[in-house]
Amino acid sequence: MGTQTILEMKNIEKEYFGNKVLKGVNLTVKPGEIHALLGENGAGKSTLMNILFGMPVIHSTGGFNGEIIFDGAPVSLKSPKEAMDLGIGMVHQEFMLIPGFTITENIKLNREITKHNPFSRVMGEKLKTLDTEQMNKDARKALDTLGIGIDEWMKVAGLPVGYMQFVEIAREIDKSNMKLLVFDEPTAVLAESEADTLLAAMKKIAASGIAILFITHRLDEVMSTADQVTILRDGELVATMKKEETTVMQLAELMVGRKVEKLGKEKKENTQQEEIIMEIRNLKVGMPGEEVKGIDLEIYQGEIIGLGGLAGQGKIGIANGIMGLYPAEGEVLLKGKKIQLNNPKASLNSHLAFVSEDRRGVGLLLDTSIELNIVITAMQAQKKFLKRFGFFDQMDGKATREHALKMIEDLDIRCRGPQQITRRLSGGNQQKVCIARALTLEPNILFVSEPTRGIDIGAKKLVLDLLVKLNRELGMTIVMTSSELGELRSICDRIAIITEGKIECILEPEASDADFGLAMAGEYKKLRSKEAVIS
Amino acid sequence: MREKIRLVVQNIGLPRIIIISFLLTLIFGAVVYKIPLDALTTDTLVRFGMNGVLVLAMVPCIQSGTGLNFGLPLGIICGILAGLISIEMNLVGFQAIFTAMLISIPLSAISGYFYGVLLNKVKGSEMMVGNYVGFSVVSLMCIGWLVLPFKNGEIIWPISGKGLRTTIALTSRYDKILNEFMSFKIGGVVVPTGLILFFFMACFLMWLFMRSKTGIALKAVGDNPRFATASGIHVDRARLIGTVLSTVIGGIGIIVYAQSFGFFQLYQAPLYMAFPPVAAILIGGASTRNAKISHVIMGTLLFQALLTIALPVANKLVSEGNLSEVARIIVSNGIILYALTQAGGGE
Repeated sequence: MGTQTILEMKNIEKEYFGNKVLKGVNLTVKPGEIHALLGENGAGKSTLMNILFGMPVIHSTGGFNGEIIFDGAPVSLKSPKEAMDLGIGMVHQEFMLIPGFTITENIKLNREITKHNPFSRVMGEKLKTLDTEQMNKDARKALDTLGIGIDEWMKVAGLPVGYMQFVEIAREIDKSNMKLLVFDEPTAVLAESEADTLLAAMKKIAASGIAILFITHRLDEVMSTADQVTILRDGELVATMKKEETTVMQLAELMVGRKVEKLGKEKKENTQQEEIIMEIRNLKVGMPGEEVKGIDLEIYQGEIIGLGGLAGQGKIGIANGIMGLYPAEGEVLLKGKKIQLNNPKASLNSHLAFVSEDRRGVGLLLDTSIELNIVITAMQAQKKFLKRFGFFDQMDGKATREHALKMIEDLDIRCRGPQQITRRLSGGNQQKVCIARALTLEPNILFVSEPTRGIDIGAKKLVLDLLVKLNRELGMTIVMTSSELGELRSICDRIAIITEGKIECILEPEASDADFGLAMAGEYKKLRSKEAVIS
Repeated sequence: MREKIRLVVQNIGLPRIIIISFLLTLIFGAVVYKIPLDALTTDTLVRFGMNGVLVLAMVPCIQSGTGLNFGLPLGIICGILAGLISIEMNLVGFQAIFTAMLISIPLSAISGYFYGVLLNKVKGSEMMVGNYVGFSVVSLMCIGWLVLPFKNGEIIWPISGKGLRTTIALTSRYDKILNEFMSFKIGGVVVPTGLILFFFMACFLMWLFMRSKTGIALKAVGDNPRFATASGIHVDRARLIGTVLSTVIGGIGIIVYAQSFGFFQLYQAPLYMAFPPVAAILIGGASTRNAKISHVIMGTLLFQALLTIALPVANKLVSEGNLSEVARIIVSNGIILYALTQAGGGE
């Protein structure tokens, strides 16, 4: 049996603070196999890999249940070092390379080949000379295995990202005991041709007998390279199957599939006479990690439109770009009037309000009272809540207090009073303060990003209900960005799925799981347009 | 009961409780050594008033997020220059001191502006850079004092006829003019009414400013620059306003200080003048990110009382050497060190 499977993970369970993130997952990898691990953000892929590597985060949060059998023997991994010693390697999403070192030095870091010199014979091992020649040879060999033609003596600084990825892989395969190699979304940063080279290299590595665990969102890569596919969803194992037995459609459906609960929201009646409130034309936003690469979108008066998609695809960048928080170009028209971009004040003055995804970083003044948090943006941008005395102005304490009390009551913010500082509030209540601040601006359009991130389930529902209420009762147009598809489907009228900085498609919330899965994997246009041609 | 004590400790803060108990010990020591308490109280009140405005200068800087203003000597030098100009103009009394303050404002505003521009370029290390800006300006002005074309005999060296004296007496100008304004005596204690009124007036104006639109913008920038940007506040401009304001108040502060002290001190004297105000506001409970007027008043009172009373008590205790001076340096620098280690803290 020992040779049949290289890795077996049996019935793995993991809890983070009472929140089950892995619910009995099994995973079996054979030597020389490329095994794809699929799943949405938060499905539990990274947690599973952290367990495999014995990352400290796992042990500091109470360990896990289940058994890991590596190369025929049960192992309990306590640190990444142990995992490496066993022959488990990892190619990171962020490059762990030293820019000032050459490729060889990076590959051989802390595993340098050394030879004796007169000093070291007297003074001991630590003073041995580096055997640069041998090291270069090894590095060359590893790079050749990958089929990549860069010189091993070049510095890593200044290399294209694609090459850095290869250096990282070369470092892993240069380790002689390597048995299992984990690729964490290796193609995310690569151009198409580079990705192809990488996939070819992966096949080569697998052919040499090293097993590969391949984490990805891209379904076509799975279909072209993987032998086995395992799909996780919400911490559960959904399916393990051979590639030959499945299709892109099926994978997409399995990845997304979940029951959609309706939040007591009926379809709106007057869908025909909707009026365009905002037009976005070719918007590009340079938000690091969430780049938007040219989006055209029309937003209708009185709708809730959802912006969905996987993390890092650019959905977060849209609202941030329109609000002027990150450098943006393109055209945004509000009721036919152009909004000046890259100027937060102009956006605020056009009555656009934004509830940031980074609640504690951008959304709140943590050491300031609730009441000031609620009124400050309106005060600074629209000169409300101020009393004027000639050249001098003063904060209108009474009006501020009245408004804050009203908001606390309306939004049901649980606090000791308007003077309490926001740091001490729970996540859900902090979010409500952010929303209260946005509402104080009397917005035409309310942008809400990740409104339920980091708050507990009860509070989640309250926040979503609040958004629906604002929309239905006050007719407010809401643009909601969220990584949680279920959430979008429960309250939105339309959902735009963003992949690679562009709109893949706009779907109805009732569209099938398969459609959503395809859209998030960036396959929707390709497949659907083909179908259209055929039919 | 224990809960209550814990709450009180939390509200006042451990450092302040230590300082207050130390102060009480010193007062007890003063009584034991029969040092006249009324003289000490008078001294404390005078020092409180004369240092207060300099401590107040820290507030706009901390509020706008540039941290403690270690570059305060910049403002101080502008203030001294303005004071000297008022003497050169041969003014005396209230006319002279207010002219000096008026002249200091544009001088401080201009130099504060350039200082602010510099601080905006070194975000994250404002305090270190500020410190060296202060040191550099003091050194630069050592040359400046030698070549500035002042003519008044009270200011320049009597023999050579050029270059400025190291200390310039204000006896014939506005020595203690604020201290003696409306001052009265209760028992043995002389209350420097005008001085303390001036300080409280300055505090009140600052309090008003902190409640204005600009003041609140400053506070938002200091608290969370990214939030401020999202609220349409120009972060760099707010920091600039904070720095300019701090420099201007520093300039006025040294004039108030000098009239009570009786001298303008030139050359190396302003070099370390930023440290006592920094220590004072930190003792008062401010952090590098948050400062209130109450911190200024409380801190100045505690710090100055400590110095005033520690000096004679320490002299009685250990008669040789200058232990009291050493103790003063340990206290003020120790407090600065403590507060800076807390800087990144938060929660």
